[in-house]
Amino acid sequence: MNSDAIALDDHSHAPSGVMRWLTSTNHKDIGTLYLCFSLLMFFFAGALAMLIRAELFQPGLQLFQPAVFNQLTTMHGLIMIFGAIMPSLVGFANWQVPLMIGASDMAFPRLNNWSFWLLPAAGILLISTFFVPGGALAGGWTMYPPLFIQGGIAYDIAILAVHILGVSSIMGAINIIVTILNMRAPGMTLMKMPMFVWTWLITAFLLVAVMPVLACAITMLLADRNFGTHFFDAAGGGDPVMFQHLFWFFGHPEVYIMILPAFGIVSTIIPTFARKPLFGYVSMVYAVASIAFLSFIVWAHHMFTTGMPLGGQLFFMYTTMLIAIPTGIKVFNWVATLWRGSISFETPMLFALAFVFLFTIGGFSGLVLSLVPVDIQLQDTYYVVAHFHYVLFSGSAMAIMGGVYYWLPKWTGHLYDERLGKIHFWLTAVAFNITFFPMHFLGLAGMPRRIPDYALQFADFNRIASLGAFLLGASQLLWLYIVIKCVRGGAPAGNQPWDGADTLEWTQTSPPPYHSFVIPPLVK
Amino acid sequence: MSALPASPERSHRSLLVKLLLVVALFFAFGFALVPLYDAFCLATGLNGKTARAPSIGVGGLARQAPSSTIDRSRVVTVEFTGTVMPGLPWEMTPLTDRLDLHPGELHQARFRVHNRSNQAIVGQAIPSVSPGLAAQHFEKLDCFCFAQQTLAAGETRDLPLTFIVKPQIDPDIRTITLAYAFFIVPPPRSSTESPADPTAKTLARR
Repeated sequence: MNSDAIALDDHSHAPSGVMRWLTSTNHKDIGTLYLCFSLLMFFFAGALAMLIRAELFQPGLQLFQPAVFNQLTTMHGLIMIFGAIMPSLVGFANWQVPLMIGASDMAFPRLNNWSFWLLPAAGILLISTFFVPGGALAGGWTMYPPLFIQGGIAYDIAILAVHILGVSSIMGAINIIVTILNMRAPGMTLMKMPMFVWTWLITAFLLVAVMPVLACAITMLLADRNFGTHFFDAAGGGDPVMFQHLFWFFGHPEVYIMILPAFGIVSTIIPTFARKPLFGYVSMVYAVASIAFLSFIVWAHHMFTTGMPLGGQLFFMYTTMLIAIPTGIKVFNWVATLWRGSISFETPMLFALAFVFLFTIGGFSGLVLSLVPVDIQLQDTYYVVAHFHYVLFSGSAMAIMGGVYYWLPKWTGHLYDERLGKIHFWLTAVAFNITFFPMHFLGLAGMPRRIPDYALQFADFNRIASLGAFLLGASQLLWLYIVIKCVRGGAPAGNQPWDGADTLEWTQTSPPPYHSFVIPPLVK
Repeated sequence: MSALPASPERSHRSLLVKLLLVVALFFAFGFALVPLYDAFCLATGLNGKTARAPSIGVGGLARQAPSSTIDRSRVVTVEFTGTVMPGLPWEMTPLTDRLDLHPGELHQARFRVHNRSNQAIVGQAIPSVSPGLAAQHFEKLDCFCFAQQTLAAGETRDLPLTFIVKPQIDPDIRTITLAYAFFIVPPPRSSTESPADPTAKTLARR
């Protein structure tokens, strides 16, 4: 029976051409689809960011009317979060989780196909809102009423799109949990799992818990808009602030959904290039779990200015500050992994080191914002914009780039161009800081976010930020070139291009066979 | 698949069912947050909604504030402001901008409302008290926001509000802002229906 199955599986019996991708149930194909989709969305939402920075290049209204500018910021946020960061991390999970735990595929391959193919539908719906009467949604990615109740047809389309994205995320998360819990190779106990798998297991539980709450909140928005209910409509006795509570009950775990797998990627890269095992593995696992738990009880720190009693402000301030402890454990463990390591600086390692450094800056500005009296000053200023780009771009996105460089030789069988990779890294890291570091100063000086025009005293820093943003955007085209070049050819990678790597995927050929680990490996 | 430990399909399925239950549970929890939020706000006044005066519906001003509870040792400033929401062609100005009062005193404030359009329009005022914690102790004995207001074309009317700031109010609160937002009440969909409006039944919550 076993040998029959192997003989059958060794032949690639998948349909070729477009049907291979449309009907694929193979975790590697679906992982590739996720990554390609998110790359496309990354460039689309990145282009919107370029337009935003072009408008903000100098004071006054140059290119866009305020209504259009609001559409740009809203769509940039929504697409980057739901279209670029989240799907790319699911793409990593699809490729890497089965390979790292020695499973033959995901637990529910057909469900996997469906969770991917919902994404293009949702993406097309979201982008199509630019072409409907009234324009794309412009109420901010947080979808706050009353603005979100008053908008045009674009808002209904966006609600549908977010519903679809939510369903896709929930299905993907369930698939990942079942794969990890049920399909590990014999001998791989939970505490022997690679860190990346641990972070995704916990992330998947977060997704299962909070995506339904987001679905609730936007269902209520839909009902308020179309069915005459008054959940959030003050005219009928509803309360718009309640939406903020519902949204951030989802929204805060959501930010950890976007960063925990990035932690996992960095925790994989650093030991490889420091040629030492990850320092404090057990404490890393517990740190991730406690971050996930704490993320459920901090949501109202996004709402300090909505009028909260002192007790509430203190509670949410202290729980928010508490998150610094498990996060600090992780940062110190990464540093301790480097200590006395035999370190080399290939491109993935450069991204991982930049992650540790820049994410920590983002974490510190988060700590500043957690202080109620400071937050009341800085709410909705560019300081917040700087903070969440330090954790989302130099955090999630740069970890994703590092992960792409790290596993690209495994996925394609070719080595990427190391020289170009390093150039891409330095361009990205420098341009990122030119773009976002001045925003701290802009925010401290009082420049509000989401406004297309600004007072004259902000002109210099905005010009610097815009120039940095254009460089940052252009650098990503180099990344696209490197990735395409690596997919099309290059020096053969061999099974294990990184000598310090010790996870299971490196025991496979590069690229791995279409059906890998048909016989589960024995983990000692 | 066959190389995996005993019947993976079955254990997959039971885990899948459990996870789907978690999803359903959190979906239900999201909706359960709505009544929870309302109950929480009603108990604490967190969202700036005033508790409904107990005398309403029985006899308007029947219940006078007992004068013995007036706290003459401190002064609280009450500020009034009014906004007209989009879609309602009215103007609203508080005739009393601010009042300095002792907690426990009975006071009246007036708002002038003017209908700029050439047709009769029904509006509903929604109050909000800030800081939210003061809402619990801001007792309205009579208020134009307890009922819908109909203004004839071009009509101007002074709308009264009678209230007490209860002496139990937190000593740290020295200024209270009472903000009204006037919303348009959409005309009933069919003319044969009684003008009962969905907003009417929610009035109890103000």
